[in-house]
Amino acid sequence: MFALPGANLGSRLLMGTARYPSPAVLAAAVRAGRCEVVTLSLRRETVGGRHGGAFFELIRSLDVHVLPNTAGCHTAREAVTTAEMAREIFGTSWIKLEVIGYHDTLQPDVFGLVEAARILCADGFDVFPYTTDDLVVGEKLVEAGCRILMPWCAPIGSARGPRDTHGLRALRAAYPDLTLIVDAGIGRPSHAATVMELGYDGVLVDTAIAEAGDPVGMAEAFATAVEAGRRGWQTGLVEPRDMAVPSTPVIGKAVFS
Amino acid sequence: MRVIVNGEEVAVSVATLAALLVVRGFEGEWLATAVNGRVAANTARGEYRLEDGDRIEVLSPMQGG
Repeated sequence: MFALPGANLGSRLLMGTARYPSPAVLAAAVRAGRCEVVTLSLRRETVGGRHGGAFFELIRSLDVHVLPNTAGCHTAREAVTTAEMAREIFGTSWIKLEVIGYHDTLQPDVFGLVEAARILCADGFDVFPYTTDDLVVGEKLVEAGCRILMPWCAPIGSARGPRDTHGLRALRAAYPDLTLIVDAGIGRPSHAATVMELGYDGVLVDTAIAEAGDPVGMAEAFATAVEAGRRGWQTGLVEPRDMAVPSTPVIGKAVFS
Repeated sequence: MRVIVNGEEVAVSVATLAALLVVRGFEGEWLATAVNGRVAANTARGEYRLEDGDRIEVLSPMQGG
C-alpha cells in the first residue's frame, strides 16, 4: 500500500496527462498503467469554457486522484496563486509545486520553491515540491512543512533517466521517513525500476508514456517496472562487487587430470 | 470601464466579476478566477466589484505533467 495524504493507493506509478495523441489514448493508458494519481495543470480558458470542461469531464470519468501542478510559474507568488486556484477547482489540498528557475532546463528555482512551499504548507496544502536531489534544499523544504519531496532525476521531458543515482540514494538515506517520488526525466521503464530499487516510493511519468509508439502498452510496461523495482528494493538487493564470484559451488568439482 | 481578461483588454459595462464572466461567455464549474494576482473565489464573484484596469485571469483544467 502506498500512502499519500488522505489516500491509500495500490499503485506507485503517477502519470502526467500531457502530450497524448488523444483523450481516448490518455484514458486507456491510465487504465493500462493501473494508475491512481494523475497530474494536470491550469491554463487560460477560452470563451465558453469548452476546452477545460471536456478535459475536466474526462478526468472525472477516470476515477483517479488529481494532483494539480503549478507548471510554468516562475515566481513563488505565481505558484501560490495557481495553487489556490487549483484547490478552488478540484477541492484537493494536493499541489505539485513547481517554480521554474531556468528556461532551457526547466530547473527548479529552489529559492522560490521553498518560499512558496512555506506559504502553502501554512495554508493547509499538502505540497509535492518539484526539486533537485540537493540535500540542503530538501532540508529547507522539510522545515517549510513538506512531507513529500519530488526530486528530478534529469530535466523535464529529457527522457535521460537517472543521471546521479548517488545523489538520489543520498536523499533517500537522509529522509527515510519522507515520501520520495522521482518527478522528472524518466525515459524508460528501466529508469523507473532503477529509482524504485533505490527505495523511492513512486515515480511520476508523462512524456515517456505519452510520446511512446504505443502509449497504452508503455503505461503497462511502466507499471510492471515500478512494481518490479519496488519488489527488488523490498527483498534485499545484492551490492555490486569488484571481482567475479562464482555462483556455482566450487566444492565437489570433479578433477579430470 | 476597461479591464484585461486573460491578457486581452476589453470594454465592459458590468459591475461584478460574476457578471463579467456571463457577458464574456465563460461558464462552467471548472473555472477558477483571479483578479490582480489574487484568487477570487467562486462564491465571492457575485460581490466582487470590478474596477477600471483590473487584470482578470480565468483558468480551467488542462493537460499537464
